[in-house]
Amino acid sequence: MVNASRNLEEIKYILATDVGSTTTKARFFKKTGSEYRYVISGEAPTTVEAPYEDVTLGVRNAVRQIEELTGRPLLDENGIATDGSEERGVDLYCTTSSAGGGLQMMVAGVVKSMTAESAERAALGAGAIVMDAIAVDDGRKDHEKVRAIRTLRPDMVLIGGGVDGGTISHVMQIAELVRSAEPKPRLGMGYKLPVIFAGNKNARKQINDSLGDVFSLTIVDNLRPTLEEENTEQARAAIHQLFMEHVMSHAPGYNKLAKWTEVSIMPTPAGEGTMMRIIAESLKTNLLGVGLGGATTNLYSIVDEKFVRTVSANLGMSYSICNVMKEAGIANIIRWLPFDMPEESVENRLANKMNRPTTIPQTLEELAIEHAVAREALRLGLEHHKTLARGLKGVMRERTMEIERFRKMEEATYIDMMKINVIVGTGGLLSHAPRRTQSFLILCDAFQVEGVTRLFQDSVFMMPHLGVLSTVHKKAAWEIFEKDCLVRLGTIISPKGQAQQGEEVLTVTLQIPDGSTYKETLRFGELKRIKLGEGKKSKAFIEVTKPFDIGLGPGNRLETEIEGGVVGVVIDVRGRPLVLPEDNAVRKTKLLEWFKALELYPESFLEKVSK
Amino acid sequence: MNDRVEVAHAYTPGLKVQIATTVRKTRRLSTFGEVLVKEGDTVDFDTTVARTYLAGEPHLLRAAHLLGLEDDPKDVLRYMTKKVGDPVEKGELFAECSLLFGLVKKSCASPITGYIESFSENSGYVVIREPKAIVEVRSYVPGKVTEVLPKEGVIVELNAALIQGIFGIGGETNGVLKISVDSPKDILDADAITDQDNGRILVAGSMVTGEAMAKAANLGVKGIVSGGVNYRELVNFVGHRIGVGITGDEQVGVTLIVTEGFGKMKMSQRVFGLLQRFQGFKASMSGATQIRAGVLRPEIIVPHTELSAQEVSEQDSVGGMKPGTPIRVIREPYFGAMGKVVSLPAELQKVETESGVRIVEVELDNGEKVMVPRANVEIIEE
Repeated sequence: MVNASRNLEEIKYILATDVGSTTTKARFFKKTGSEYRYVISGEAPTTVEAPYEDVTLGVRNAVRQIEELTGRPLLDENGIATDGSEERGVDLYCTTSSAGGGLQMMVAGVVKSMTAESAERAALGAGAIVMDAIAVDDGRKDHEKVRAIRTLRPDMVLIGGGVDGGTISHVMQIAELVRSAEPKPRLGMGYKLPVIFAGNKNARKQINDSLGDVFSLTIVDNLRPTLEEENTEQARAAIHQLFMEHVMSHAPGYNKLAKWTEVSIMPTPAGEGTMMRIIAESLKTNLLGVGLGGATTNLYSIVDEKFVRTVSANLGMSYSICNVMKEAGIANIIRWLPFDMPEESVENRLANKMNRPTTIPQTLEELAIEHAVAREALRLGLEHHKTLARGLKGVMRERTMEIERFRKMEEATYIDMMKINVIVGTGGLLSHAPRRTQSFLILCDAFQVEGVTRLFQDSVFMMPHLGVLSTVHKKAAWEIFEKDCLVRLGTIISPKGQAQQGEEVLTVTLQIPDGSTYKETLRFGELKRIKLGEGKKSKAFIEVTKPFDIGLGPGNRLETEIEGGVVGVVIDVRGRPLVLPEDNAVRKTKLLEWFKALELYPESFLEKVSK
Repeated sequence: MNDRVEVAHAYTPGLKVQIATTVRKTRRLSTFGEVLVKEGDTVDFDTTVARTYLAGEPHLLRAAHLLGLEDDPKDVLRYMTKKVGDPVEKGELFAECSLLFGLVKKSCASPITGYIESFSENSGYVVIREPKAIVEVRSYVPGKVTEVLPKEGVIVELNAALIQGIFGIGGETNGVLKISVDSPKDILDADAITDQDNGRILVAGSMVTGEAMAKAANLGVKGIVSGGVNYRELVNFVGHRIGVGITGDEQVGVTLIVTEGFGKMKMSQRVFGLLQRFQGFKASMSGATQIRAGVLRPEIIVPHTELSAQEVSEQDSVGGMKPGTPIRVIREPYFGAMGKVVSLPAELQKVETESGVRIVEVELDNGEKVMVPRANVEIIEE
């Protein structure tokens, strides 16, 4: 941690890096007058694996670019020069990391939908990728579970199971499975794999007897002390500590990197999640956030103050782009393209992107293909997120006439897009989209937002950086975040319901701050953009025909205040759920109509493909 | 947003295409074991250099459940006819009990041949483990052992030509190189493969067809090197969709290395020419690919003594990217084109997508001058 005696106000120059799976991203910040601002970025390929096997090389390369662009020396023979002065170095350096696949964990519990699910939530909450969740009732035979555990090579194992004071035999069965399989750590040879036990406290002695000599065992409070309670905080804290002590210390170059910074290295999703929580807290609203990376898609939801994070390990825009194709199906990707391209050609292009993950689209055709994949990666990421963002199962309820309804509620997710008021996007593809309307529509199409929703995005991908910075210098992190990181894209109004093409659906009246009034009636299938700049607010009166719902029930009128942004206000009456026309020609025509309405790509390109 | 945003991109590392280099191969066990050779030893393609014994597969039996003793699992111990550590044969009983004055008999039989590893009084599980399995590491390349990594393996050094591919499938193998097409533009189809190709590594041009891969595997061809392959045909051949770029464990009968990319891709003249030069030589190859920063790329290693690494470095060495540096474009719209760097403008420039990126001006081999994002070229490493 940063020296407590250090005066934070004296910190003027700050450097933060994120050692990503593909790219190491350096961000340089400076205090000008009394406020902290973002200055410049440098990026270079990550060097965690052979032939380099030293992450600090990639960090040096990225920082060297900042040196070249600013003319300020930041590196010395020992690493980052953290004895900053007016002429050289920085006063504070911090970093996040997801290199080498991030933190990869296996979790286990007794009942799949109860303790194993709680263990999964705890691991994901700590920023881990969950490779497998083993449970007594997961449908696999014991030998299949053993084989799965043996082949995983996780960084860490988290075992939950049983309520405090309950039977211990089931949790011991899980322990026996893990002991027999003897999973080996992914990094480093000859060290004991960290195992965290967060189950029935009455089983601690037996767990220690069974696992203590084979693994590096840590025992923490039960994840599910009772069926009605989930307590993941202690397990999360233990994961973070072990991540630093065991995993990072065996990753190539991390020991060196850890010495360059006095701030604990944080997993990238944990950094991103910290900022998502800060946004939800400051806006006091329900939020859905996403970090769309090269290897993974991280989803964050804060609904009624409940925070859930998921990491979809193989949904990403570079290494994992073929896995998105595999999971979504090529037809689902092609449906978002406003031009014809043979399936095999799209497949080959995506496979080539996987092969050369750091390349970028040069043509609009290539850009549109990546945007199509992004929609599917986000859609699948949200599906995955919903399986974990749900009520606790196994909770004892008073028997009532409505018991079946309650059971169904437990099974379903509590993510209701009508109740999500804010969407935040980060990650390379979204942050680097040449037009902000592109990231706006990608997020809306993928998540199928409903009601009135504000959209934000990260300007140049620095949310993880600010997340780790906020752990030591909240003021700097918040100021940079507010002024340079958070791009206010605008607001979308999207009623839920279906109708025939051309039927009147919605009439919106906006009282614009300049005194003018905008009123328009939209028909089913239309998408409309109204320019309302950043920081501008407007009173909105939204009337919908039945069965459409804008948040207050079918056919009910909504009066609210909406905010503009770099995109403005978008009225989307394409229907929810959004169904693309099955006929290929009609589908392309509709896509072109929508893309033109939002000026998604240059007009000349859209004209060209329409012919 | 303010107007101070600038992003600088670094270059993609190039794939190695070297006529002579000192190849150092680390041959390592996945867990500690025994090294079988010593420093200074000469090894061949398939010499076993290290060995270890992996614990056999464990089989868990719910003995308490099988004997009807779930209420008190530790009672199982009373009925066990074998002790922990005892060997058992497949089908052999190791616990028996009689209930209801002998009217009901319950027993546990071993599902495998192995030994009883443990019994848990808490869960009532008995663990029976299969005998240890031998795991060996072979030299993969012929050469000299220059370093022994105690308990882990060795480093083997040799003089060889080295070609890295962009993607591969299948594990390590070796065979005699044969050029199976007339030019790097040609497609290798099934008709061009015969019984004579058993044990060989075949060199295709711009593509190898799915049928050719299947026939090669059937005829015992060891490997195929091709400029391109159709993703869909490869998926059909492997039998599953390739999601993430981690390969090498496919059991498909033949190792495949793609040098340029997916689709029909003319093999670079440099790669084709180099393989042609060494036609008839025995080579090692591995399809193992891990597409991460730093990357493990598939490779072909041709041991030879025609030129030494030192001679080559004096003849032709390459520095960083500067005017005149040979490059290859690795993304549309010029994918696969070769050329030379003309200039490296420092300022960000807008490309068709409207992104402001660092670019490189390139003169392609056909004489055309084009602008390409620096992220979309790789230096041809010699």
